Amino acid sequence: MRRSVFIAGLATLILGTLGFGTGQKSYVASAQEKMSTMEVKIDNFSFGPATLTVPVGATVTWTNRDDIPHTVVSTDDSKTFKSKVLDTDEKFSFTFSKVGTYPYFCSIHPKMTGKVIVQ
Amino acid sequence: MSEKKKDELLHDHNHDGVDRRGFLKCMAWAGTGAFCVMKGGVLKSYSLSRVSEISTADMMGELSFVQISDSHMGFNKPANPDVAGTLKAAVDKINALSSAPEFMLHTGDISHLSKPEEFDTVDQILKSAAPKDVFYVPGEHDVLNDDGKQFLERYGKGSKGAGWYSFEKKGVHFIGLVNVMNLKAGGLGTLGHDQLEWLEDDVKHLKPSTPIVVFGHIPLWSVYPEWGWGTEDSAQALAYLKKFGSVTVLNGHIHQTMQKVEGNVTFHTAASTAFPQPAPGKADSPGPMKVPAEQLKSVLGITDVNYIQGKHALAVVDSSLA
Repeated sequence: MRRSVFIAGLATLILGTLGFGTGQKSYVASAQEKMSTMEVKIDNFSFGPATLTVPVGATVTWTNRDDIPHTVVSTDDSKTFKSKVLDTDEKFSFTFSKVGTYPYFCSIHPKMTGKVIVQ
Repeated sequence: MSEKKKDELLHDHNHDGVDRRGFLKCMAWAGTGAFCVMKGGVLKSYSLSRVSEISTADMMGELSFVQISDSHMGFNKPANPDVAGTLKAAVDKINALSSAPEFMLHTGDISHLSKPEEFDTVDQILKSAAPKDVFYVPGEHDVLNDDGKQFLERYGKGSKGAGWYSFEKKGVHFIGLVNVMNLKAGGLGTLGHDQLEWLEDDVKHLKPSTPIVVFGHIPLWSVYPEWGWGTEDSAQALAYLKKFGSVTVLNGHIHQTMQKVEGNVTFHTAASTAFPQPAPGKADSPGPMKVPAEQLKSVLGITDVNYIQGKHALAVVDSSLA
């Protein structure tokens, strides 16, 4: 009686571990997918979306779809990020490791402004 | 246009021999290729197509120069896949002017991406222009990546700060200003404290009768702030020029001709030699405007400026490349 209970208990534990392991892996996979789709499109002299909210550790990629070059330059005190000049179809990526609000603009066309909120 | 022969001095409210309303009316014709000359207090206008009929004495001012702008060498999108070709057409137009300009002003955005080969190409093309002296001020496309270091090395000899300077030609005082550095988020063009202090000092000892020509990239008046078409501290600059009887401000950046007269100041923007941009508010954004290929040259252009000694206003004439 005790032995079968023991075997059942062990089986449950093993199966439970396996099941838990699989579940955890799929949770991480979908979270990674969500992170890789943090995109800002630059077009018509504007950033879209103008305000983007992302989790800590996320990488944001800006893609210039406009027919004029633009830049992505943060305007906080520590000048957190600054892209080189992006011509049409060029990209810039930055990984946000700290919580905070990061306003930025295009240094060539300063009326273009945007914001990344990291939570 | 060819039916307009002359305009008499009709309104002389300030009793200074300047018919500002007549001048403004003539300026409005300038976009279609009119040539306005102030002579003996009388404003005469001629169609550019009849320029050969004008006597040399009438046409030649004491000083004649050309403004070109926004060549954007390196731009290759549908709005103009051949900006080198249209710049060459502009040089041909300049070389065909019957009163040869003494020098040229380039009001910036010489290059499109501040690349050395882009600047080299413009230098090469301008070598075939008759006026050998060219004076430059940078556009925002000329100071990318290096805070304007390359621009200064190429065109900033004798200039101060980010490239501002002044010089005299035949008694006319020229001032090149830089308003494309240190642009702030959400802001307009900016001159900055150092440059304004320099300007105040530069004009302090000039006689009020000295004609002044100011040239800079972004318009020094508020054309359309929503698109960044203005300079936030230009009022201070203009205050230093208030004493002068004749101030002409020549700008680029907006890729279309526009003019405004305010007291003794005539503001004028030049067309681009590369591509046109929409009129204020007439599109979602101020980007390159596509027009049918056969119309492109008619929306690009050069500006010819003539000054006659002793007269107040400079004659500013735009002509398209078509």
